[in-house]
Amino acid sequence: MKRFLSGNEAVAWGAWESGVHVAAAYPGTPSTEILETFAPMPDVYAEWSPNEKVALDVAVGAAYAGSRAMAVMKHVGLNVAADSFFYASMTGLEAGLVIVNADDPFMHSSQNEQDNRRYAKFARIPCLEPSDSQEAHDLVGVALDISEQFDTPVMLRLTTRISHSSSLVELQGVRPPARTEKPPYRIDTTKYVMVPGNARRRHPVIEERVTKLAQFAETFPYNRMELKDRALGIVSNGVAYQYAREVFPEASMLKLGMTYPVPAKMLREFASQVERLIVIEELDPFLEEEIRLLGIAVEGKSIFPICGELDQQVVRECAIKAGLLPPSARVPVVTPEKGPLPSRPPILCPGCPHRGTLYVAKKLGLVVNGDIGCYTLAFQPPLGALHTCGCMGASIGVAHGVAKAGIAQRNIAALGDSTFFHTGMPALLNVAYNRSNVTTIILDNRTTAMTGHQQHPGTGRTLQGRETVQVEFEALAHAMGIQRVHTVDAYDLKAVEAALKDCLEADEPALIVARRECALMPEARKQWMPLQVNAERCNGCGLCFRIGCPAVVKSGELDAKTGRPKARIDPLLCTGCEICAQVCTRRAILFRHQLIENKEQQQ
Amino acid sequence: MSERSTEQTPINFLLAGVGGQGTILASDILAAVGLSIGHDVKKSEVHGMAQRGGSVTSQVRWADKVYSPLIGLGEADFFLAFEKLEALRHIEMLRPGGTVLVNDYAIPPLSVSSGNDDYPDNARIERILSAVTTRYYWVPAIALAESLGNARVNNVVLLGALSHFLPHVPLAVWLESVRERVPQRFADLNERAFLAGREAMEKDR
Repeated sequence: MKRFLSGNEAVAWGAWESGVHVAAAYPGTPSTEILETFAPMPDVYAEWSPNEKVALDVAVGAAYAGSRAMAVMKHVGLNVAADSFFYASMTGLEAGLVIVNADDPFMHSSQNEQDNRRYAKFARIPCLEPSDSQEAHDLVGVALDISEQFDTPVMLRLTTRISHSSSLVELQGVRPPARTEKPPYRIDTTKYVMVPGNARRRHPVIEERVTKLAQFAETFPYNRMELKDRALGIVSNGVAYQYAREVFPEASMLKLGMTYPVPAKMLREFASQVERLIVIEELDPFLEEEIRLLGIAVEGKSIFPICGELDQQVVRECAIKAGLLPPSARVPVVTPEKGPLPSRPPILCPGCPHRGTLYVAKKLGLVVNGDIGCYTLAFQPPLGALHTCGCMGASIGVAHGVAKAGIAQRNIAALGDSTFFHTGMPALLNVAYNRSNVTTIILDNRTTAMTGHQQHPGTGRTLQGRETVQVEFEALAHAMGIQRVHTVDAYDLKAVEAALKDCLEADEPALIVARRECALMPEARKQWMPLQVNAERCNGCGLCFRIGCPAVVKSGELDAKTGRPKARIDPLLCTGCEICAQVCTRRAILFRHQLIENKEQQQ
Repeated sequence: MSERSTEQTPINFLLAGVGGQGTILASDILAAVGLSIGHDVKKSEVHGMAQRGGSVTSQVRWADKVYSPLIGLGEADFFLAFEKLEALRHIEMLRPGGTVLVNDYAIPPLSVSSGNDDYPDNARIERILSAVTTRYYWVPAIALAESLGNARVNNVVLLGALSHFLPHVPLAVWLESVRERVPQRFADLNERAFLAGREAMEKDR
């Protein structure tokens, strides 16, 4: 059966077909759709774990217990899971474990551009890299087989372009029937308890494993030589292979489906058959360095960029500059003189409940330590209400550090509900325990909004739709030793302001839960009601434009006194959250109840 | 330059708009049509961090064998612009002489509504587009969609307009691909939207 699937969907199908029984992840672009596709499949267990380290530990546990398992994360997620990644390499497993890792060249939605093939080498874990959806599907099963054959976790490294591009996939169809009897749990303390004595015995084992894997790589069918014209030999991997093939249809290629460890003999043989050897790879000169370590002369990053994502355009242009292609190979491009175009950066959606809370923080002149989530977008003008953002869960720790440094300017921390569960909890505990006067705002929109509305421990539902416990931030904070806790409606600006002022006046740890569900959730959509501007009252003061809502736009009408354009509300975009109406000092933007009253009067 | 629309040569489609306009669904339908008429197809979505209101592009390639999932600069044969400003932003992706269909619809970005940026007028848009190609066409997709009772089907109106330029693709394949990918209760509405877009182009030429 052929299906048109994204790389992420293909991984989910491949996992199901090859008998993965337990899968765990934390949502993160570009990896999120893997578990969303996998979770509804029959006879599987899938979960959103609170963070990637927990997800990997869960998958390791399942693999210890004899179930094929998968952990999924984006590249920076592996930083969080790194501790587990390394011990799992040391212990090995009972059943196959594949760690799917999605890198994000060009940082489409990430804070950095790390190349996680380095992690694979760092932890001595084999790294497989698909170059389209078919390989993404097939290599999951291959990874699990390798995992079991060599007693090692296997990294399946995707990139954004593999995850989010679609191509045809031949599915294998029905998965072999699920095991009816669970194997007995095998206790092996020398293998699974990594106290120093045991760990010392394991280290030589994993070094020997890498040597065996390198031999295996020599005949691994996804490492493939395509010998054509011998003037140029290209070593490539992943989606870069597709760009290379498109730009150099006649060149000889060595396509590596396993990029760690590399096949030394195969590389030497390939190099000996071509006149000039180059590597085309995204991000780090990983293969280039491996090849050079073999004593083979090779070029790579001297021709192709280390930063950002490749495409055939970049590859072609660099190749022309390096003399690998004639200038006539250039694709004609017309770049018209456009003049300045208004940019369209990502913004908080119309109706976003974070907008009001952060607007109040800005109004009070606070420095806001932000975090990873939709609210990060509030750093931009005109809202400009967020001042730091490093990684998941960094907000509270950074604010605590600033407070302890003795800065008079009050710093607060703001992070989302899902982010709080991810890595905010230990940081808040630290604020309580080590006593700083940090006020933390949990921007609680009842979901993991940025990645597309995933469940988390505060929603009362699991990934597979089961009802479950719903954690209360307030009780949690009290249990941590934080006395001053407020819960407010995030749409009620006065309540948010009162809560913030109360916390700022007190010299102690405090928590505000600013709660209102994401405006894009199905239940919230039912409440949508576009507001209107009373043009007679509006004098074009522009206060409503400062909240940065895309639904509040300038109208064509100018105010006679000020000469400034009056406000208008786009009925297609407005959800009726009333944040703009609360901000308007002239009461020119009608509240929902006023609109309803007007309508009733007309009738 | 002549149109590249034989079965043997690759055809590259670029779709660009604003989050929430339905570009992704339109590219799904385009991919399905390519597969139905026997092509190898690759599709790539490039969405940023915003759920609503940010720039969104999507790319579809049809050929006997497609390697790269991306279209390079100057490689798009057809450019479906769901929003006028987004047409200008990506116009250099179009092959010189390629075909661009522009939805006659503006979504002013925040910098226009709150700041001091100006939204380009239609004359300026035509001036910039015509530097790359004479084959640019306005499609009143929102107006047609609204006349059918639902502005949201503007994406399928645009596909209908595009279909006029791909005479080798049977109408039945288009309609089937549309019906399969929209909610069933909206299938008839979407079919009418498709035909309205197609008809608008026939009248235009």
